[in-house]
Formats: sequence, C-alpha cells, structure tokens
Amino acid sequence: MHNHALTSSGMLTGDPQSGTVISAANLVKTYGDAAAVDGISFSVPAGESFGLLGPNGAGKSTTMKMIGGVTRRTAGQLSIMGLDPDTHGPEVRAHLGVVPQQDNLDEELRVRDNLLVYGRYFGLPMSYLKPKADELLEFAQLTDKARSKVDALSGGMKRRLTIARSLINEPRILLLDEPTTGLDPQARHILWDRLFRLKEQGVTLILTTHYMDEAEQLCDRLIVVDKGRIMAEGSPAQLIREHSTREVVELRFGSERNATIGAQLEGIGERLEVLPDRVLVYAHDGESALEQVSARGLRPLTSLVRRSSLEDVFLRLTGRSLVD
Amino acid sequence: MTEESLVGAGRRAHGPAVAAAKARRWGAFYYAEQVLRVMKGYTWSILMYSVGQPVAYLFAMGVGLASLVDTGNAAIGGVSYLVFIAPALLVSAAVMTAANEFTFPVMAGFKWRRTYFGPHASPLTPGQIAAGHIMAVTLRLVLQSALYFAAVVLFGASPSEWGWAGILVATLTGLAFGLPLMAYSASITEDKGQFALVMRFIVMPLFLFSGTFFPLDNLPPAVRWVGWISPIWHGTELGRVLSFGYGEPPLLTVLHVAVLAGMAVTGWVLTRRRFALRMGQ
Ligand SMILES: Nc1ncnc2c1ncn2[C@@H]1O[C@H](COP(=O)(O)OP(=O)(O)OP(=O)(O)O)[C@@H](O)[C@H]1O
Ligand SMILES: [Mg+2]
Repeated sequence: MHNHALTSSGMLTGDPQSGTVISAANLVKTYGDAAAVDGISFSVPAGESFGLLGPNGAGKSTTMKMIGGVTRRTAGQLSIMGLDPDTHGPEVRAHLGVVPQQDNLDEELRVRDNLLVYGRYFGLPMSYLKPKADELLEFAQLTDKARSKVDALSGGMKRRLTIARSLINEPRILLLDEPTTGLDPQARHILWDRLFRLKEQGVTLILTTHYMDEAEQLCDRLIVVDKGRIMAEGSPAQLIREHSTREVVELRFGSERNATIGAQLEGIGERLEVLPDRVLVYAHDGESALEQVSARGLRPLTSLVRRSSLEDVFLRLTGRSLVD
Repeated sequence: MTEESLVGAGRRAHGPAVAAAKARRWGAFYYAEQVLRVMKGYTWSILMYSVGQPVAYLFAMGVGLASLVDTGNAAIGGVSYLVFIAPALLVSAAVMTAANEFTFPVMAGFKWRRTYFGPHASPLTPGQIAAGHIMAVTLRLVLQSALYFAAVVLFGASPSEWGWAGILVATLTGLAFGLPLMAYSASITEDKGQFALVMRFIVMPLFLFSGTFFPLDNLPPAVRWVGWISPIWHGTELGRVLSFGYGEPPLLTVLHVAVLAGMAVTGWVLTRRRFALRMGQ
C-alpha cells in the first residue's frame, strides 16, 4: 500500500500509517510496592534506531518486555504498529524480533534446530526456514556448529545464536536488550555492521546497552533512564552538547589523593567530578584547563584531554559511572 | 557476508499479519512440534522404557506371581491373574510417564532452562505453550500405551475385542493425573525437592492402593477412599470393563469416565491460568 500521508507532524500521532511504530505514554510497571518503570513516555518513528541508556535496575529491560508484549503494564498507554500488546499480543509479537537480556535458547536442541523451531512459531514453512537458517548461521559465524547441541556453545556463541534467531522472521522492528554483552570485539563490530545494514533497509531498532560507543554508533536518538524515569532525551550529539562541556580533562593522582586534591582544583573549568580512580575537569578548552592545573603546582600521575562522550552525560545525569 | 545473503537470496518471510493469524490458529501445534523434537533426542530411552517396562512387569506379575495367586477367583472377575492386572499395569505406566513429563520439564521451562520464554516472545500465547506441551505428551502416552497393549496381547492377556480401547483409557488417566500436577508444577518458583515428594507420597501410594494388584474391596474400609479419589483406580476399573467385561454397575462405569474427564479438564483450566499468570508478570 502507498503511504500518502507521511508528514513530519504525522510522525507523533501514534498512527502506523503516518510512520510511528512505537508510542508509549506514562508507562508504569510496579512489582509489589516498587516501581520498576515509573511513567515513561516516548515514541519511535519507523526506521529510527532508538536507545535506552541507564544504570543497573533503571527499568530498561522491563520497558523492553512491555514493548515486546511479554509483560503486562501496570498503567499507561502503549501501542506498537497501532496495536495494544495487552489485547493483541500475538499480532504485536509477530512484528518483532527479540533479543532478551538473558538467553533462552533451547539447550537440548541442536544449534540449527533452534532457528527452525523458532521460525515455526511464526508459521513459517520449512522451505523458507531451511535456507534462511543456513544464511543466519553464516551471519552469526556458527555454520560449523550447526549440528552441535546448544549446551556445547560458549557464552558469546549463544549470544550470537540468540541474535540470529531474532531475525528468522525478517522483522521490521528489532528489540535488542544488551545485544553485545559477552561478545568479543570482533563479533561486536560484525554485529554493528549488520545492524547498520538492517537500519539501511528501514528496520526500526530499539536497543539497550551499557557500551557508550555502541550507543553513539548505533542510536539516532536515546533516552537516559534512571529509577524508572527519563532523565534526558535526544541524539547523542545533542545530549553531549546539553549535559556536558566540549572537552574533558582526566587527571589521576593515585587512588589515595584523588579526593583530597579535588578541593584544590576548585574553579578550574566549568565543573569537577571526583571519582575514586580519577578526577574529571569539564571545560570548553581542555588544554588551557590542564595548564591551570599545572599553574597551581599540581602534578597528576597521568593526564588526558578528550572530547566529551555519552559516558560524561551519563555520569552527570545519574551520578554513576558506567565503567566500574 | 555478501549483500545478497543479507537480503535473502531465496524466498521472503510472510508478513506479520499472516504470521499472527497462523499462530493464533496453529500455535499449540507449533509448540508441540518443538517438544516432540526435544523428545526425539531421547528416542531410545523412551522406547526402552515403553517396551522394556511392560515386558518385565507382565512377566514378573503375570507369570511369576500368578502361579501363586491363580486363578479363576470370582473376586477378580473369574479371569486369570494376568488378565486381571494387565489393564492396571497399562494405566499405571501411563500415569508414571505423565508424572515425569508434567513435572521436571515444566520446571525447566519456567526456571531451569527458561525454554518457555523463547516462544513466549514469539506470537504464541502462554495458553498455547501449555497446550502444545500437553499435546506432545499426549502423543507420547498414546504411543507408549499402544506398545504396552501390544505386549499385553502377546501375553494373551486381553480377551475382549474392546481391549484396545484401554490405550485411550490409559492416556486419559495419564492426563487426569498429569494435568492437575502440571498446574502445580507451574506454580512452583523454588525447587525444594517437591517432585521427589510427589513421586514418593502420591504416585507410589496411588499405584499400590488403587485396586491395581487386588480388588479395592480387599482393603480395609478405612483406606478404600484412596482408591475412590485415585485416577488410577478409575482408569484401571474402566480398563477392566473393556478388557474382560469386569462386572460392575453401568453407572459406575459412567462415573469412571466422568471423574477422569473432570480431573483432566480441571487440570487443564488451572494449568492454562497458571501459565498465563506466570508469563505475564
Ligand atoms: N519479575 C520481577 N519481580 C520483581 N522485581 C523485578 C522483576 N523484574 C524486574 N524487577 C525490578 O525492577 C527494576 C528494574 O529492573 P530491570 O531489569 O528493568 O532493570 P534494567 O534497567 O534492565 O537493569 P540492568 O542494566 O541490570 O539489566 C529492578 O529494581 C528489578 O529488581
Ligand atoms: Mg536489563
């Protein structure tokens, strides 16, 4: 069908015809008294790659599960392709490819059979599934493991198989909950490349990650979530611009002295962040900030001037460092 | 990776609307297919169990024990001891299998291996996942009971031409016992050895006190109730009626069917509810 009504204002109406694939308003999920998700609103236009960033326990996976139609929301509105997952679970899930945070492969089946069986859940015929499974095994670099039991795979291989499985139905929306956790650098880069290509084909990506480089590479737009609420929203560049300075000076004085020296750095740059292992000086011009440090007679063991990253945004907004 | 393989050189998948419609209609079968594939990995042990067990029991009880107990005793319907216990063994074997298939694999699905959560993210519903699991086990019960019945026939222990219907009775009895147990399994969140207790304190007593090896009337009235509430007793008695025309009031025969069907249906309703509840959290 041809889409006549694609306007920029139509992007936020929640109507799939006008290009919004997911819209959530005041999404809430409580477990007992505790709110895992506490009033989250966002909408994702078709073809965007949208990220959820946040510390452990922020409510990212819970949000993903509600979108994926496997967890009922406590309150709020949610629509995926114009459908409510609570009332149209199968229809919603038929649109999706899902990589859950925790692998749930069938360990008693062989690697290739995992893909075939999963494709059957979408009613796909074997004539389609067999070549597709081989193609996905190739992509996941598991071709030589096709006949192994899943039990015998390494953690990273299982992860790759889970990712391959999520593509078996050629979904137009992919939910990826920490997809590259446990992957080696090479496998991560291959996956990024693959996700890029899917994006080029117009596939909508929703992903959570703890890797800032991944978020910067893959996400057009992201929300920073903490304690079930949205702390900030925007493109990686926007977020960096709004919540950090252009440059950062990283100073290490040795773990004993970082805290005490923090006080002596007061007034340099726009903001200071004292962490157990280093002191961060946020400044528009890093080099001149570093000169001021030397001018005060302070001699850090190491110093480094770099551009601000999402890491800094994250630290600013949540008060927590991602790399522990 | 070439561009071609990325797009898919061959056929494309059908769209989400088709996938959802197919899953709504056939979802339980799709999941049954998965369970059967897993069972296929255990083909040999299942076969050995299904063939070896009846042969061993029929030989020990029907030939060994029968030489002491026999025969033609009016209390056991005037038939040989072998003929008397064959329907009971058939039914009990189905119940044992059901007791295994509806406990450990359910716990594996929810907790140990989390295998239910894979399909849960697909268009399948929790109810269909439960139904698929049940369908696969039902098929196993039918096949196992058919093998058992073949052994019974070889031992010459099924005089009536209706004896084959014992296959269906055994399957129904397996479900009557197994489905309430499945609902219970689905409600367990922490493994504290409950299943071992079920086997020891429910399955074994039922096996021994359900009119299996001797008529229920031979038990003191104080423990006869075990038989009345036992699906094994209802299934066994029903099997005997079919196998050698065991004399009992027709109303009682109807009651057997009603009790077995009632337990199976109740178990199914509870299981379905449990699955939906646990997977929607
Ligand atoms: N099934 C559950 N029962 C009770 N509490 C839960 C359940 N699932 C999640 N929670 C709680 O909800 C909160 C959010 O959890 P969630 O898994 O969504 O966090 P997350 O952002 O994905 O964290 P992580 O980065 O560690 O994966 C946590 O406090 C968690 O303890
Ligand atoms: Mg998570």
